[in-house]
Amino acid sequence: MSLSLLELNNISVSFEGFLALNKLNLTLQQGELRAVIGPNGAGKTTFLDVITGKVIPNSGEVIFKGNSILGIREHRIARLGIGRKFQSPRVFEKLTVYENLALSVSKPKRPWSTLFGKLNKIQRDQINHLMNIVNLQSRSNISAGLLSHGQKQWLEIAMLVGQDPDLLLVDEPVAGLTDEESDLTADLLKSLSGNHTILVIDHDMEFIRRLESPVTVLHQGHVLCEGSMSDIQIDPQVIEVYLGQQEEGSK
Amino acid sequence: MKNSFTNKRLFSFLVWAAIIAAIIAAPSILPVFRLNLLGRYLSLAIVALGVDLIWGYTGLLSLGQGIFFALGGYCAAMFLQLNSATNFPNQIPEFFGLYGVQQLPFFWEPFRSSLFTLLAIWIVPASVAAILGFLVFRNRIKGVYFSILTQAALLVFFNFFNGQQKLINGTNGLKTDVTLLFGQMVGSDSMQRYFFWITAVLVILAWFFARWIVRDRFGNILIAIRDDEARVRFTGYNPTLFKTIVFAIAGGLAGISGALYTIQSGIVSPQFMTVPFSIEMVIWVAVGGRGTLLGAILGAVIINYAKSLVSEALPASWMFIQGGLFILVVTALPEGVLGWMQSDGPRNLLSRLGVRRPLSTYPGLEERGKDEVKL
Repeated sequence: MSLSLLELNNISVSFEGFLALNKLNLTLQQGELRAVIGPNGAGKTTFLDVITGKVIPNSGEVIFKGNSILGIREHRIARLGIGRKFQSPRVFEKLTVYENLALSVSKPKRPWSTLFGKLNKIQRDQINHLMNIVNLQSRSNISAGLLSHGQKQWLEIAMLVGQDPDLLLVDEPVAGLTDEESDLTADLLKSLSGNHTILVIDHDMEFIRRLESPVTVLHQGHVLCEGSMSDIQIDPQVIEVYLGQQEEGSK
Repeated sequence: MKNSFTNKRLFSFLVWAAIIAAIIAAPSILPVFRLNLLGRYLSLAIVALGVDLIWGYTGLLSLGQGIFFALGGYCAAMFLQLNSATNFPNQIPEFFGLYGVQQLPFFWEPFRSSLFTLLAIWIVPASVAAILGFLVFRNRIKGVYFSILTQAALLVFFNFFNGQQKLINGTNGLKTDVTLLFGQMVGSDSMQRYFFWITAVLVILAWFFARWIVRDRFGNILIAIRDDEARVRFTGYNPTLFKTIVFAIAGGLAGISGALYTIQSGIVSPQFMTVPFSIEMVIWVAVGGRGTLLGAILGAVIINYAKSLVSEALPASWMFIQGGLFILVVTALPEGVLGWMQSDGPRNLLSRLGVRRPLSTYPGLEERGKDEVKL
């Protein structure tokens, strides 16, 4: 069995008595592409908050590359190699597309190096390469705030990839995108897996199907079941949480 | 293309030539009194640049810049007082005699050295800002809570300096105009002329320095912190460090500003740390244009110059005008005057008045402003 990149053991989070996550267990292998679905309030975003250090769980353990990352501050977790894309696109709107990407590929991310250092050739090439992938070369010098919703989503994905993380956490990458755009996004994520480990959260079943990846279903803060999309769709438990309990006698 | 490039260079060359000529000629054109006022207001432009860095770029609204301004002023005044104290009893500044102090307080000693003083003028306020800033930013205090905290700190410093007669002459402050520097009276016309030139040069240097700070990725991170701090963290940057550094830089600039202001106004006193003065600094930047460094300089100089002209003509009316100006800017020109001009404000105003401009793309794009149109 290959080395697991990320392990969540018995994670519980409660917000003033409300259990957002309830003894959640999840393991991601190196290079895996995994989709996570679940109805509203299942704890999908909270569970990303736990991995990225935004929320500290009440109990449980988060193991990344063999070490516990509990209690480490957000920017350090990001430097360890966990990148996150937010639910609504969060790009730096007053900066240009190029500047947004420059911030993500910069290394090291310390004040002195950003003040005195310059981007080297490799980093500049990488920015151009990323703009090519997400089709934003012609928008290079435009403020990110002027981009369309879809372009912002893609810019944020490009920024995520530019950080060169080992683990990409992608929260609803196709929310508000056209069908064509979400197909392209699915292809992009598929092409990134292998080199990267990717965890995708979404509601859009068509998009998840297209990822052709194992699916984990969250419900009320714990894992309901795992399996391929076609297995999941006929699982009576999943149907129940998504569609509600079938009424007795209605056949 | 090449033509417009050379035109641009010629234009900036002419602007710089005009500025340098004005600086050299000002002492012979302006009466001594006006020159001194202009020099003082130019020194205020330096503290305004700092306010612009922390507020305009990083989104930290500090209402306590008076602390750092006054610290710089006190550093300069302590040196000048010591430098001229050789004739007084115990060879310590005269005012100590009023309170029966025989021995120079320990922290005055290093200010006998001119080199130490030149460093202390910016290092002392920058260090205080760094310590204060780090404690505040590390605990993720931001927004209005940060503003309140800086104002509270200002009051603490004000009360401390106000009450310490035996250390720094308390509420009376330290006078500098009758002190000696290089054997000359600091308040004399010839000295004031040199101070004017030094101030003008330092404003330009401070402007280049601030531009260098914001020009590249460091400045972009400041803007990113202002707009979405959490996102900056998840990108792998530590906002606490960046905020601490920029707050310290603004503190250092405030110190230099305060020292220059002190030697040109002839006194430093706890009045530099009153609440309204620190708020005025914010108003200069707001009116001039947040996030435009030139706006901060012009705002500080022009508003203050207007203040003295208006106060001479209509005493006691300035507060109303300043208040009105601030309200006007906040409601009508949120980006400040320079920001409004840079974002095509005048042309938009003209087209609203019916003067149509030549269009190269679409009316919707050019007339409603690019911010309202998505590409």
